[in-house]
Amino acid sequence: MKKTYKIDVDCANCANLMEQAAKKTSGVADAAVNFMALKMTVEFEEGADEKKVMKDVFKACRKVEPDCEIEF
Amino acid sequence: MKLSRRQRKMLIRIFICAVLLIMVNVIRGIGLIGTEGTFGFVFYLALYVATYLVIGYDILIKAGKGIANGRPFDECFLMAFATLGAFALAIIERNADYNEAIAVMLFYQIGELFQSYAVGKSRRNISDLMDIRPDYANIEKDGELEQVDPDSVEIGTVIVVKPGEKVPIDGIVVEGSSSLNTAALTGESVPRDVSEGDEIVSGCINLTGVLRIRTTKAFGESTVSRILELVENAGSRKSQSEQFIAKFARVYTPAVVFSAIALAVLPPVFRIILASDGGAMWSVWVYRALTFLVISCPCALVVSIPLSFFAGIGGASHEGILIKGSNYLETLSQAKTVVFDKTGTLTQGVFEVTAVHHSTMDEHKLIEYAAAVECYSSHPISLSLQKAYGQAVDKSRVSDIEEISGHGVKGMVDGHEVAAGNIKLMRSLGLEVGECHSIGTIVHVAIDGQYCGHIVISDVVKPNSGRAISALKAAGVQKTVMLTGDAKRIADKVGSDLGVDEVHSELLPADKVSQVERLLSEKKNSKDALVFVGDGINDAPVLTRADIGIAMGAMGSDAAIEAADVVLMDDDPLKIAKALRISRKCLGIVYQNIAFALTVKFGCLILGALGITNMWAAIFADVGVMVLAVLNAIRALRVSRL
Repeated sequence: MKKTYKIDVDCANCANLMEQAAKKTSGVADAAVNFMALKMTVEFEEGADEKKVMKDVFKACRKVEPDCEIEF
Repeated sequence: MKLSRRQRKMLIRIFICAVLLIMVNVIRGIGLIGTEGTFGFVFYLALYVATYLVIGYDILIKAGKGIANGRPFDECFLMAFATLGAFALAIIERNADYNEAIAVMLFYQIGELFQSYAVGKSRRNISDLMDIRPDYANIEKDGELEQVDPDSVEIGTVIVVKPGEKVPIDGIVVEGSSSLNTAALTGESVPRDVSEGDEIVSGCINLTGVLRIRTTKAFGESTVSRILELVENAGSRKSQSEQFIAKFARVYTPAVVFSAIALAVLPPVFRIILASDGGAMWSVWVYRALTFLVISCPCALVVSIPLSFFAGIGGASHEGILIKGSNYLETLSQAKTVVFDKTGTLTQGVFEVTAVHHSTMDEHKLIEYAAAVECYSSHPISLSLQKAYGQAVDKSRVSDIEEISGHGVKGMVDGHEVAAGNIKLMRSLGLEVGECHSIGTIVHVAIDGQYCGHIVISDVVKPNSGRAISALKAAGVQKTVMLTGDAKRIADKVGSDLGVDEVHSELLPADKVSQVERLLSEKKNSKDALVFVGDGINDAPVLTRADIGIAMGAMGSDAAIEAADVVLMDDDPLKIAKALRISRKCLGIVYQNIAFALTVKFGCLILGALGITNMWAAIFADVGVMVLAVLNAIRALRVSRL
C-alpha cells in the first residue's frame, strides 16, 4: 500500500535525510521525499499498521531534522 | 508577505539578536564598563555569548545531533565550528572582539530565512499554476446535493458540476451543456463547448451551465490525478546537472574542511621549521581556516538547481506541456533532430473536403448533391461530404440509391439522376474524365449524365504545422524528418509544403523504428538528442526508442501519457518548439547558477587563504550567492511569453 503525506521541511538536504530515515523505519517498504512538492510517499510493508509505522517514521525524521513536520 | 510559524520565530530571533548586539556594542563604546580586568572580560563574554546563543542555539543543537548521527560534515556543524572557533580566538587573544562570530551566525540565519521564504514562495507559485486538484465531488442524494471525497466516487456514478466548479472525475455528460475552461490542462484560453454525450476530462473548470456527468473512471485514474502525479514525481528523475551537484556537494564540503585543516596547521609548522620572523602566527592561520569553513556550504547550488528544474517543469505544465522529469527537460535542450509522425501529428488525421474543381455549378451546390446521394453511407469520405455540406440532408429528397462497390453511388436527388464516385464510375456512364493533379481522394460528380466537376477530399495539415517546423529551426534544430505509412505522393507533398528536410513514406510501424535507429546512429555528437513526436496511438515503440518521445493531443489518452517522456495536452505542434525553448531557458539558468556560484566560492576561498578577505566577506559571499541563485532560479517559472 502506498500513501502520500504532506510534510514541512526547510532545506533540500534535510529532505534527503528524512527520506533515508523513513526508508530505514521498520514497516516501510520504500519511501520517497519530494522537497519541491513537500510530499512524502511511503510504501508500507504488507500487514503493517500505517498509523503506528508513520509515528515511527515521524520520530526517526525528527531525529535527523528536529523541526520537520509530517501530516498524518 | 506570509510567513510560516517557524519563519516568524526566526525573524524575531534575528531581530532580538541584532538589537542585543547593538546594545552590547553601545555599552562597550561609551565605556560604561571597561573591558580590562577579569570582571570586564567575564561581563562582556557573558553578554556576547548570550547574544550568540539567541541566534545560534538551534545550529549548535543540530551540529551536536549531526555528530551523534555520524554526519560530521553537515553545514550546521561547519557554521558552529567556524563561529565557536572565532569565539575561541577572541578569548585567546583577549581582544574581546566577538562581533564577528555573532555576525556570521546572524547573516547565516538571515540567509537561511530568505532561502526558506523564497523556496516556499516559488513552491506556492508553482502549485497555484497547477491548481487543478478538485477537493470534492457533488452527488445527488434524495434530491439534495452532497459534497463527497472524489476518491470515494465509484465508476458509473452520476456527479453534478455547477458553474465555477472543477470537473473532479473523467466522464460523459448525461445532461446539460456548458463551456469548459481547459486552460489549466492545455494552456489554451478559448473555452470548449460540451453538451450531452460528450466526453469530459477532469481538471477543466465548468463555466456556464450545470452538468450531470456519469463517471467513466475512478478518481485515481482520472486525467487530473494522473497529471498531478506525473508532475509531482517529475522531481524523482534527476537530471545530470542535479546528479553532478549532488556528487559535487559530497566531495566539495569534505575537501574544503580538509583544506581548512591544512591551512590552519601547515603554514605555522613551516614557519616554526623555517624560524620565520614573528613566530608561528597560529591565530592568523586558524582564522583563515575558519573563513574557509564559512564558505564551505554548497547550498547555493544544492537549493537553486533543483528549484530551477522544478520551476521549469511547473511553468511548462501551465502551458499544457507535461515533462515527466528533469532529465527529460535537460535532454530536450540538446535536441538537434526532430522526427514527426505525419497523420495526427502534422495533419489533423481526419478527412475533409479541401477543394472543388471544374464545377459547372455553385461549388456548395455540387457538395450538396454529392452529400445527398451519399447520405446513407457511413464511409469516412461520405462523412466528410456531410460535414462540408454543413447541415443534415433531408433524406426524403433522395431515392433509388444504388451503391456500386468499387465505383461509387448512384441515386435520384430532387428528381435529378446523380452519380458520385471515382473515374471508373464516370467511364461506365460514358463520360471521359481527366486525372486530377490534387492529392487525396477524388469524388467525381455527374448529374443527369452531364459531368459536373469533382471534389477533393484529403487529410488536412494542421494550421500551425508549417510555423512549428520553422519555429523548431529557429530554436536550433538542425534536421526535421517526417515518417509516415501513407503513400509517397501524399507524403512528399505534405513534406515539401511544410518544409520538412527528409520524408520517408510507405513505412510499416517496424520500419519507423529502424528509421529512427538509423537517425540515432547518424548523430554527430553523442550529446545531441533525437526527438520523436507522435500522437501516441500506435507509435509507442518509436516513442520509447527515441531520446525523447513527445506525445501530442493527450487529453484523456492514457496510452500517450504512459509511453512518452513529454506530453502535449493539446494538438498544437507549435508547442514542440515552445517545449524546446522552455528547456533551453531552464538549462541556461542552471548553467548560469553553477558558473556563478562556483566562481564566487572559489574566488573567496583563494582570497580567504591569502588573508585578503575576512569572515564577513565570506558570509556575504555565501549568503549573497545563494540569494541571487534562488532569485535566478525562479525566472525559470516565467515561460508563458517564450
